[in-house]
Amino acid sequence: MKKLSQLQIGKTGIIKEFTDLEMSLKLMEMGCLPGEEIKVERVAPLGDPIAVNVSGYMLSLRKQEASTIILQ
Amino acid sequence: MKAEIKVALVGNPNTGKSTLFNLLTGLNQKIGNFPGVTVDKKTGFCNLPDGRRAEIIDLPGTYSLYPKSRDESIVFSVLADRVHEAPDLVVVILDASNLKRNLLLYTQVADLKIPLVVALNMMDVAKKDGISIDINSLSKKLGVPIVPISARRNEGIDELKKSISYANKFALQQDSIDVKSIAPQLVDAIGEELQVDNPYFALQLAHQHETLTFLSERESSRIEELELAHNFHSQKAQATETIARYNYINDLLYDTVTKQEAAQEESTSNRIDKVLTHRIFGFFIFFGILLFMFQAIFAWSAYPMELIEKLFIWMQTGVHNLLPAGPLTDLLADGVIAGLSGVLVFIPQIAILFALIAILEDTGYMARVTFMMDRLMRKVGLNGKSVVPLIGGFACAVPSIMSTRTIENWKDRMITIMVTPLVACSARLPVYTLLIALVVPDRNLWWIFNLQGLALTGMYVLSLVSAIIVAWVMKYILKARERGYFIMELPVYRMPRWNNVLLTMFDRAKTFVLQAGKVIIAVSVILWVLASYGPGNNFEQIEKKYKQPQYGQIMKPTEVQHAIASEKLESSYAGYLGHAIEPAIKPLGFDWKIGIALITSFAAREVFVGTMATIYSVDGNADEIQSVKQKMGSARNAETGKPTFTLAVAFSLMMFYAFAMQCASTVAVVYRETKDWRWPAVQFAYMAVLAYAASFITYTLLK
Repeated sequence: MKKLSQLQIGKTGIIKEFTDLEMSLKLMEMGCLPGEEIKVERVAPLGDPIAVNVSGYMLSLRKQEASTIILQ
Repeated sequence: MKAEIKVALVGNPNTGKSTLFNLLTGLNQKIGNFPGVTVDKKTGFCNLPDGRRAEIIDLPGTYSLYPKSRDESIVFSVLADRVHEAPDLVVVILDASNLKRNLLLYTQVADLKIPLVVALNMMDVAKKDGISIDINSLSKKLGVPIVPISARRNEGIDELKKSISYANKFALQQDSIDVKSIAPQLVDAIGEELQVDNPYFALQLAHQHETLTFLSERESSRIEELELAHNFHSQKAQATETIARYNYINDLLYDTVTKQEAAQEESTSNRIDKVLTHRIFGFFIFFGILLFMFQAIFAWSAYPMELIEKLFIWMQTGVHNLLPAGPLTDLLADGVIAGLSGVLVFIPQIAILFALIAILEDTGYMARVTFMMDRLMRKVGLNGKSVVPLIGGFACAVPSIMSTRTIENWKDRMITIMVTPLVACSARLPVYTLLIALVVPDRNLWWIFNLQGLALTGMYVLSLVSAIIVAWVMKYILKARERGYFIMELPVYRMPRWNNVLLTMFDRAKTFVLQAGKVIIAVSVILWVLASYGPGNNFEQIEKKYKQPQYGQIMKPTEVQHAIASEKLESSYAGYLGHAIEPAIKPLGFDWKIGIALITSFAAREVFVGTMATIYSVDGNADEIQSVKQKMGSARNAETGKPTFTLAVAFSLMMFYAFAMQCASTVAVVYRETKDWRWPAVQFAYMAVLAYAASFITYTLLK
């Protein structure tokens, strides 16, 4: 079970599911949907949050939030 | 001027919605309040090609009708409130380069069955990204007119206006998803109970009834009962809905939008990000920009501020010369006009600060600052987004506290509001410079550091450190109402839209003057009365005393005037107040004269210099800091004969000004933003305690 927070910079994954219902609502509204490709673009200078490329735009989220996204 | 058609603008953040609003309405806009909430309501008028006049409402940018912040919650209320606000037509702005995510909000709004027009913005960006959109086919599938525009380049606006004027009175859009299947019985029940025939409207009522102001309490609790009866789970229903909507959108886009597999060329935005959010350089660049901002705020505003001051002095003397002498003239000149000048003199600083912040936001850099700072800020109970108000606090806490509305999380927002007034604002600057010049020698330490400059820098650093410590303490006191999260779009870098920057600057300055102006005028009138009148016939006796011939012989006429003025002040109501609080402030090293300055400063800190000028009877106006300084420097304690302003007293006084909430405008704006008197009261109290303690410790140590 690989989480988005474990993905390294520059690597791509495909969203499978979420572990947190409340968080998933916000994430899905922002375009993070099951089946969608997601790429970690960069990490903030202090190691958190991270910036990902998803549905054609750049999204930033905290590592803790990224850990609720399970990848295929 | 009555509008014949009401049009609401709806769209995701960063889609160019406000640019379009500005294009449609020009300078013909005003900011009001939505009933019951403090969210700014931006409206403007636009003439349509058919001769009708449209009222345009700019609704806050949102990703969905399910609100995540105070600003966003207004969108559904306006669209749904059939009694007051409901628009006749909605213009949904979609970002063509990011159609999929943008269409989510579109389908939600479309399902409310309000007549719709789609403005497809950023076609140029989409083209650059290799995205081609079959607009005709998409328009047919959706059942609504789609107008391609470029808000930045002012293209397609006339076509959009045409489309608005020819839009149907009835909603013709196709259904997107089967709303009823999400909660069939509940939707029916609510529809029946509240006479709602639109199923999506009924479903939204089920989700949002607790926060909707147009529902009566009875209606809301009835919905609650129905939800329990039908086993409604709001979050699950939302998840089902969102997934269904994206399925619909995917089908929709399947044969209308094609994206060329772009050669993996790195985007310009990405390359800029590599530098601006770089591990090490990122922070250096950020602090460099901050330094530049402060330089600009102080340097660029010096000249216009001087002009404003001169204008008001000119007005003051004009009023004195033109109107017959008397209490009313004095009230107008020394109370109202003097009070007004105290507010208006800050306009240049506020305008420059907001222009610079607007540029940083417009270019997309501010989102990167919150991205970089989030971890640091979270440690002390704040949020990456708190950085903006805290930086703004160096200029003025009032607009900064207004800018906390973008912080979705309630606890983070409250802590930011509570600590922002601790940051050394520009009103403290005249107080600090005066006191430092008085007691700190003007010489260099280790050749390069000027002692006075070091002392001033120290006060600024202290302000930030104290704000951070207080925030950290509050993190443990306040209970979180909801989970905090930081899911935020990082928009692509763009050139700032200068029009937008100018409009923001103008808007904010206006809001500041109207908000702060009222309070400051009121308080300065009260203070003027307190300082100009005394109990009984005190004043007459003073006048009589100085009419005696011996004073005319030993003193020059101006000196007599000054002596009268300062004796009158001592026996005025303000003087009595000063004497009354003297026992309380003696441990801090302050006498009754400083006491008066402390009291008057509660209207606004910068009043300190003016009060000192009056008390130590200086010619002319409050801005002659040099002469105020000299008078204060030569002031002696009546009992000991030593100088009143020692190092200990001056620093104790600076500590007091650093911590005390001496700003009526901030109190007012905190109330306006929190809608609860307890917040400004608690803030006032904790800051007063800090101020007293810090002053006491400073005075005791340095004495």
